[in-house]
Amino acid sequence: MNMATNTAETIGDNHQTVGTPFVDNAKLSMRNVNVFYGEKQAIFDVGMDIGTNEVMAMIGPSGCGKSTFLRCLNRMNDTIEGCRVEGDLNLEGEDIYGAKLDVVPLRARVGIVFQKPNPFPKSIYDNIAYGPRIHGLVSKRTELDEIVETSLQKAGLWNEVKDRLDAPGTGLSGGQQQRLCIARTIAVSPEVILMDEPCSALDPIATAKIEELIAELSENYTIAIVTHSMQQAARVSNRTAYFHLGKLIEVNETEKVFTNPDHQLTEAYITGRFG
Amino acid sequence: MNSNKPSTIDLVNRNLQKRYRAEKRFQIFGIASIGFGLLCLLVLFTDIVSKGAGAFTSHYIQLTVNLDPDDLDITDITDESQLALADYQGVVRKALRDKFPDVKKRGDRRKLYGLVSNSAGFRLQEILKNDPEKLGEQLTLWVLADDDIDTYAKSKNDAEPFTGRLNDKQIGWVNTLLDSGEMQSRFNRVLFTSGDSREPEMAGIRGALLGSLYTLLVTLVLSFPIGVAAAVYLEEYAPKNKFTDFIEVNINNLAAVPSIIYGLLGLAIFINFFGMPRSIPLVGGLVLTLMTLPTIIISSRAAIKSVPPSIRQAALGLGASKMQVILHHVLPLAMPGMLTGAIIGMAQALGETAPLLMIGMVAFIVDIPQSIMDPATVLPVQIYLWSDSPERAFTERTSGAIIVLLAFLILMNTIAVLLRRRLERRW
Repeated sequence: MNMATNTAETIGDNHQTVGTPFVDNAKLSMRNVNVFYGEKQAIFDVGMDIGTNEVMAMIGPSGCGKSTFLRCLNRMNDTIEGCRVEGDLNLEGEDIYGAKLDVVPLRARVGIVFQKPNPFPKSIYDNIAYGPRIHGLVSKRTELDEIVETSLQKAGLWNEVKDRLDAPGTGLSGGQQQRLCIARTIAVSPEVILMDEPCSALDPIATAKIEELIAELSENYTIAIVTHSMQQAARVSNRTAYFHLGKLIEVNETEKVFTNPDHQLTEAYITGRFG
Repeated sequence: MNSNKPSTIDLVNRNLQKRYRAEKRFQIFGIASIGFGLLCLLVLFTDIVSKGAGAFTSHYIQLTVNLDPDDLDITDITDESQLALADYQGVVRKALRDKFPDVKKRGDRRKLYGLVSNSAGFRLQEILKNDPEKLGEQLTLWVLADDDIDTYAKSKNDAEPFTGRLNDKQIGWVNTLLDSGEMQSRFNRVLFTSGDSREPEMAGIRGALLGSLYTLLVTLVLSFPIGVAAAVYLEEYAPKNKFTDFIEVNINNLAAVPSIIYGLLGLAIFINFFGMPRSIPLVGGLVLTLMTLPTIIISSRAAIKSVPPSIRQAALGLGASKMQVILHHVLPLAMPGMLTGAIIGMAQALGETAPLLMIGMVAFIVDIPQSIMDPATVLPVQIYLWSDSPERAFTERTSGAIIVLLAFLILMNTIAVLLRRRLERRW
């Protein structure tokens, strides 16, 4: 705690993110983002880009605001009472918090996978089919069947569940449920997938499967993943952002962050001096 | 280690015995409470059933009636007024005289006529109306016995048979009829086919049963959608501020308001202000809606609150609109809980008497209601009315009506439980 207080002083109010927060082919670009919960400020002046088809890992100690920041990207924070977001957040040049933007299509473009697997209490089939149905993506049952199959295949779940699509989604194991949730997100063909600690409730084998899956998905999707596991960040991501007490300290190539970080706080965190 | 000092495990073991005893005592408390409850229920049911079972049977007397046009005073069968005014009672009396030719004295004869219910005449009128061809024929039919006769016949084998206003001659005739098989106990259809009456043997609960049904229908149709809509709005949309807090406190208060107050409110608003007719199931249903709404709103809100937030987030994250989240996920998951609330509310409404007294559903109504706009009474009010009647035969009918009310309740609850089980997702 002492350390944290000291470092907070060392960041100062006019902290500039070190490393390479901005890229040329940005899918999502955020500038001067401040987030408040009522009176309390949770995010301080964060600016960064997430490149197209890039896997961006967000790491940092608990309560550093990485999940809050992630949830700004598809406006999931709207549902939280008293939460206020300031700054420019753009998805391919469109203002995410703009008055013209409707959250329904936004969330179809920017999907999210949560920490705890949360399948609907419906059949496996209906879990996947729900998104396409509400967005009216398909008109025929055969098309829907196809989406369900491809989504489950992409999520690596097809072979395990193809014989029991009518079985309840909640009857699957934890890892399968999480892959089901990923498949559900993929089913509406989003451009970006946000993952909020997707493996923290899973065992190592299930985690390994999800990580493999992330690597495969990164060919077609832009992925932002919040994780507590530095090994995971190192394994799956292209770039890594380090958050500390609501401030974005450093963004760099993942390899650089874990071998030769630019900022002393990042180094302190990855070497396990706090966290 | 000091050997005089008991070891930890010994202390734990010694304590264990005490804990087991406490555990046992705790369980015995529970079993005793349940036992007490069951005992009360048993006493209640035994009492009601033993008193009310008699209401489901009734004694009938076999009569051979001659539908003689001269006796009936009918010259033209197609004339409705003649049919209505014909002397059916006279024919019935003649049949009784034929059965007991020895009875000559006027006073005795009047007593003899008292054996059968007045309904016999109406039966004959009904028969002729439906089939005019029967005029002039001789019919053998079973007619209802008078309520005192019926009560005596039922209690004949008891230690102290009920004789009431009957004299020895009447008792003699009844015994003769019973011995010869010309008087028999049969299923009391009248109880389920007719409305209220001043004559116990002709009194039925059909009017009250239908009145209850119509009233509950109005209550259910109004209170469930309104209650659920209010709960959904308050839980999902309403901003959390002083005003919604105020509303919440008031809903909780309304749930505790004595029901007769709702009756007064209904009288003032629906009858005096809006000028709706008295005694109709529509007004009764409106009043009971006011009464059950808080129950339904409170339980629906609890049910909505218990839907896991992760499900909402999942749906929102997929791009579902708020309404879609509510309709597709929240309501289906909350439905069993909401139904439970609605059932409790309906059961309350079914047994409610006080508010209905205020809006005139306590009137003596013979006609069976055909719609929610016809004057009616309800089962609990009917029970209240009958329990107040001096005739002995109404005592068993009161218990009989209670049995029907309880059966109605059990039926409703069973349907509700089955419905809930269907809707409940067990995964």
